[in-house]
Amino acid sequence: MSVLVDENTRVVVQGITGGEGKFHTEQMLEYGTNVVAGAVPGRGGQEVAGVPVYDTVQQAAREEDANAAVVFVPPAFAGDACFEALDARGIDLVVAITEGIPTQDMARVYRKLQETDTHLVGPNCPGVITPGVAKLGILPGNIFSSGNVGLVSRSGTLTYQVVDNLTNRGIGQSTAIGIGGDPIIGTDFIGALEQFEADPDTHAVVMCGEIGGEDEEEAARYIGEHMDTPVAGFIAGRTAPPGKRMGHAGAIVSGSGTGTAQSKITALEDNGVPVGDTPEEVADHVEDLL
Amino acid sequence: MRLHEYQAKQVFADAGIPTPASQLAETVDQAVDAAEEIGYPVAIKAQVHVGGRGKAGGIKLVEDKAEAEEAAEAILGMDLKGYHVSKVLVEEAVDFVNELYVGVTMDRGEGRPVAMVSTKGGVNIEEVAEEDPDAIAREHIDPAFGMHPFQARKVVYEAGVDREVANDVASVLTTLYQLWDDRDGADTEINPLMITADDEVIAADAVMNIDGDALFRQPEIAEMGEEAAEGDELEQKADEYGFDYVRLSGNVGIIGNGAGLVMTTLDLVDYYGGEPANFLDVGGGAKADRIANALDMVFSDDNVDSVVFNIFGGITRGDEVANGINQALEQFDEIPKPVTVRLAGTNAEEGMEILNEDLVTVEHTLEDAVQRAVEYAKEVEA
Repeated sequence: MSVLVDENTRVVVQGITGGEGKFHTEQMLEYGTNVVAGAVPGRGGQEVAGVPVYDTVQQAAREEDANAAVVFVPPAFAGDACFEALDARGIDLVVAITEGIPTQDMARVYRKLQETDTHLVGPNCPGVITPGVAKLGILPGNIFSSGNVGLVSRSGTLTYQVVDNLTNRGIGQSTAIGIGGDPIIGTDFIGALEQFEADPDTHAVVMCGEIGGEDEEEAARYIGEHMDTPVAGFIAGRTAPPGKRMGHAGAIVSGSGTGTAQSKITALEDNGVPVGDTPEEVADHVEDLL
Repeated sequence: MRLHEYQAKQVFADAGIPTPASQLAETVDQAVDAAEEIGYPVAIKAQVHVGGRGKAGGIKLVEDKAEAEEAAEAILGMDLKGYHVSKVLVEEAVDFVNELYVGVTMDRGEGRPVAMVSTKGGVNIEEVAEEDPDAIAREHIDPAFGMHPFQARKVVYEAGVDREVANDVASVLTTLYQLWDDRDGADTEINPLMITADDEVIAADAVMNIDGDALFRQPEIAEMGEEAAEGDELEQKADEYGFDYVRLSGNVGIIGNGAGLVMTTLDLVDYYGGEPANFLDVGGGAKADRIANALDMVFSDDNVDSVVFNIFGGITRGDEVANGINQALEQFDEIPKPVTVRLAGTNAEEGMEILNEDLVTVEHTLEDAVQRAVEYAKEVEA
């Protein structure tokens, strides 16, 4: 079993005719993902990697029964692309890969999201993968293995690192969700944890957080109050100096002690989540939890 | 991206927010001429991106020509918390009876903009927020509708602003929100917004931080930003190369892909007893020349004794990275600092085969690579 993505997921790729869109459509198809359509304004009627292209997401959803969208649209137009996907009937999962979408555009998308039942993952994220079944996004499929550990992370490459540590010792994953490092995102830690908690085939969860914001602290409280599935944690940015932005828009430590690695680690540990000092140690914890 | 005070004031004034008479000066003579023209008393204010300029000696109030000369000489060219002062703003000193804070920013937790007003203006508002959060009235704005006039009034009255000036303050706040919205603001603030004995409302400072991701649709602001750029030479170089880069105080240079993984590499360097010299994220999908630029950046930091590359390819390809590393190192007769490389993920095996092991040390796990780089740094130090 899995969350968000399974064998019934039928994907429309927005921006399929662009370099990234085409390359990763091929990668997704190769992995076994059911990519059924592309959507690019003005390119309806074309084909990319054998996939039919439509002018709008709505046409793609109607003609090909698509129920998920992946956004590979350049940042200036990606906010609009998210709106289009949220507005299309039948699409209940939108995965936005694009990095660098203006924050105010995302605030409006987020506002629209509150009016729908659709899940939005991202933006600025690697996507979602259910190993052996389907991947929506840019994650390297070969490092994943099928199993019963769920994974949620704000960072793409850190997801890969931790998955590698798990896979190397024979621990497979149910679903991995890269929620993205931007200040305004769709599915957050709590949203992902709710999904994993409800999935009978996810027996443990790894949560990878980082400095900045208070999402990890809130997630820690949620775990303490609502979760039976055990969780192991990792927090990046222990050595980050206050006031400096470390790559991700969200990864900044305010001077006042909130949003620091230590406050997040403490919050997790106080709620029964063992936190690894290294990715390898996270895998140790997962082994103990299973 | 942050504008200088004089630039932000220009944007505010153009939008109709009252600001004091002021002139920009780059020499002592210009500053004195400006002061004479505006009329004493004036404030002479260093134009650098540093908080607490007043306390650090970057703002001086002067009463006559002799004082103006002295202050301009002291401030122009001074080093203010690491920033060189090359411009001052000479500004009419406003005689005020009250100081307010007004600001608009994005509330990340709520995913919505928030407008804020406080009667505790003129001081560090972050400290107020921490020590006395109730002293700041807040109103969240629905980005689909923008700020309604009633919301501006509501937050102004809630903050306890005197009713004689409440309408004018609400009008300033409405304009400030509109600017934030139109100009892709991250934070826009006025601190202090001064109230005079005649109930005039005047923006005595101006802060405008713009969302860097939105500069493509803000050409005028982007142009101002070029002028506003300053800081560490290496950080400016990183800007040119388009890297996320932060200089730190240690001696192990770190290059990786993806913010989370690079931070983790920093943390591991610390964990294994070393000290990170920098954070450098080459971003996703980096090609060979970008990798070469990253090495150039880190080599040009004199503090660096050893470099570790940590790449976990997804969208980034290991063979591209390996070619970039070879390309960058082959131009040296002698490698300036030992380089340790760890490649994983997409095309990592191809990359490992390409890497010239005469030039770099190859390690297969993150832990081994970091430990090796820390050892090298210690050897150099010893």
